[in-house]
Amino acid sequence: MLGRSGGLRLKSILPVLTVIGAILMIWVVAVVPMNMHLTADQAQRDGFAVTPDTPMARQDYSGLGLSLRNPSLVGLTYVQERPRLPSPHQVAVEMWKTIVMQRVTSKRSLVYHGWVTLSATLLGFAMGTTLGITLAVGIVYSRAMDMSVMPWAIASQTIPILALAPMIIVMLGAIGIHGLLPKSIISAYLSFFPVVVGMVKGLRSPDGMQLDLLRTYYASAAQGFWKLRLPASVPYLFASLKIGISASLVGAIVAELPTGARAGFGARMLVGDQYGQPLVTWAALFAAAITAAGLVGLFSLLERLTLRRMGMAGT
Amino acid sequence: MTGTAIFAALAIWMTGWFINLRLANSALAQRRWVQLLVPAIFGLTLLVIWELLVRLLEVNAVILPPPSAIAVRFVHEGPRLWADFEQTIIKGALSGYIIGAIAAFGLAVLADRSDFLTRGILPVGGFMAALPIVGTAPIFVKWLGSDWQSKAAVVGVMVFFPILVNTVAGLRATTAMQRDLMRTYGAGYWPTLLKLRLPAAMPFIFNGLKIATTLALIGAIVAEFFGSPTVGMGFRISTSVGQLALDMVWAEIVVAAIAGSAFYGAMAWIEGRVTFWHPSQRK
Repeated sequence: MLGRSGGLRLKSILPVLTVIGAILMIWVVAVVPMNMHLTADQAQRDGFAVTPDTPMARQDYSGLGLSLRNPSLVGLTYVQERPRLPSPHQVAVEMWKTIVMQRVTSKRSLVYHGWVTLSATLLGFAMGTTLGITLAVGIVYSRAMDMSVMPWAIASQTIPILALAPMIIVMLGAIGIHGLLPKSIISAYLSFFPVVVGMVKGLRSPDGMQLDLLRTYYASAAQGFWKLRLPASVPYLFASLKIGISASLVGAIVAELPTGARAGFGARMLVGDQYGQPLVTWAALFAAAITAAGLVGLFSLLERLTLRRMGMAGT
Repeated sequence: MTGTAIFAALAIWMTGWFINLRLANSALAQRRWVQLLVPAIFGLTLLVIWELLVRLLEVNAVILPPPSAIAVRFVHEGPRLWADFEQTIIKGALSGYIIGAIAAFGLAVLADRSDFLTRGILPVGGFMAALPIVGTAPIFVKWLGSDWQSKAAVVGVMVFFPILVNTVAGLRATTAMQRDLMRTYGAGYWPTLLKLRLPAAMPFIFNGLKIATTLALIGAIVAEFFGSPTVGMGFRISTSVGQLALDMVWAEIVVAAIAGSAFYGAMAWIEGRVTFWHPSQRK
């Protein structure tokens, strides 16, 4: 099975690259009309000939129409300092400058901001996972808890909880809790649900035959938990953890957005927005995406290693 | 005082839990009304404890208002809450949801004609669905202005990927045997799509649509933190937090909770009508 999925992955590389290439193409093409008005204004100030020759008249044209009339300006749309839509290479250069060229302790380093967000994410993820597993064990072993908590756990997910973020931070700030914890609580809230659902399913996955076998061994309830239910739930746990960690990251970033945080990916997005530096926003956005990919990739790796050690790689 | 409060809270908790224990382990537990009653008692117990603790411990309303104050606010501010609801949910979330869903569905059906594209879109779309797309909100607000159009755009992009991935996966869900049967009937591409593959994909599509309901509300509310007209749920939440009017924030959250549950419930209801044949819908 592993070999086959590896083979599958090889077969998918070309299609995946094609899709990514198509997205990049659309992006590169879109840069021209998106930035054309800006570029034309700038070019005119620099003494280039632009048709039509007043900003007012140019407003009547769409970005595309203006580009067709001023083909000589197309190249300039890719090098604007404050573009409406930066081109991919601008984002790449900005990321290179802020990730590699800065000391990691510098306030301008995305690694520093990434660590701020990541630490809140990981703390929240740990809290959410612990809470989720505890609740799941309770739900599996107590009928009353199953009936009273499960509907609320499901309902809690239909609530756009991120709307709570500013309030939780003010609330905790009022009783003197600042910094990491408020963000982590939002992360924890977003990550606990996938874990609850996955673990309940996993802990209930041993079938009647296996439970009966343990009964014939005269195994106690605790032995049944540690030797059968818990190991059986591991594949489900990992599937949930992968969903939970990306939800955690989203939670931590959004928690930084409305609260005027000074550091973190969310804060960088906000700074770029408020001070008219779109490149900062875009670089933070892509750095967050790479972090998310890295975290999910890490858990996929852990999953594969753990399941192989447990002899469950084929399932 | 603190001791009494904690004792009273514990007593209420024990009472609620005792009733639930008896109900859950009784012979009635399989009845429909008991299955609704047990979570209701649980929720009510929590609310009563909240109210009691806030009142007895004299918690400042700036930190945590009691449920009764929130209920009063909810009733009194009805018109304003309704205006916020219209701006954020109807104009922002719902229009973005519809645009995103139609775009995702259309692209999925187009891409499905090529096995090559499908294999590319599934992993890329799955990856995009895990990204913090809500971070694009400031960019869209800059492009489309602060009214509902920018919110609809954020929502559209957020719901696009889960629906796309689920639809593409769903369209692949038919077995070779079923497709062969259609071929023996002499059915071409369109009849096969309409009569076999789309119906078979419906459970997947609705899974995506249901996931997207919460995302839509989150996107619409969070995007308002970056700029909005002076109406809307996200706007109201951020300004009320600034004024320390936390009961108003909670009232908005109640609205969001009702809207979110209703939206999800509506999708689940339509799903039940459309995919009545699916094993998961059997009663």
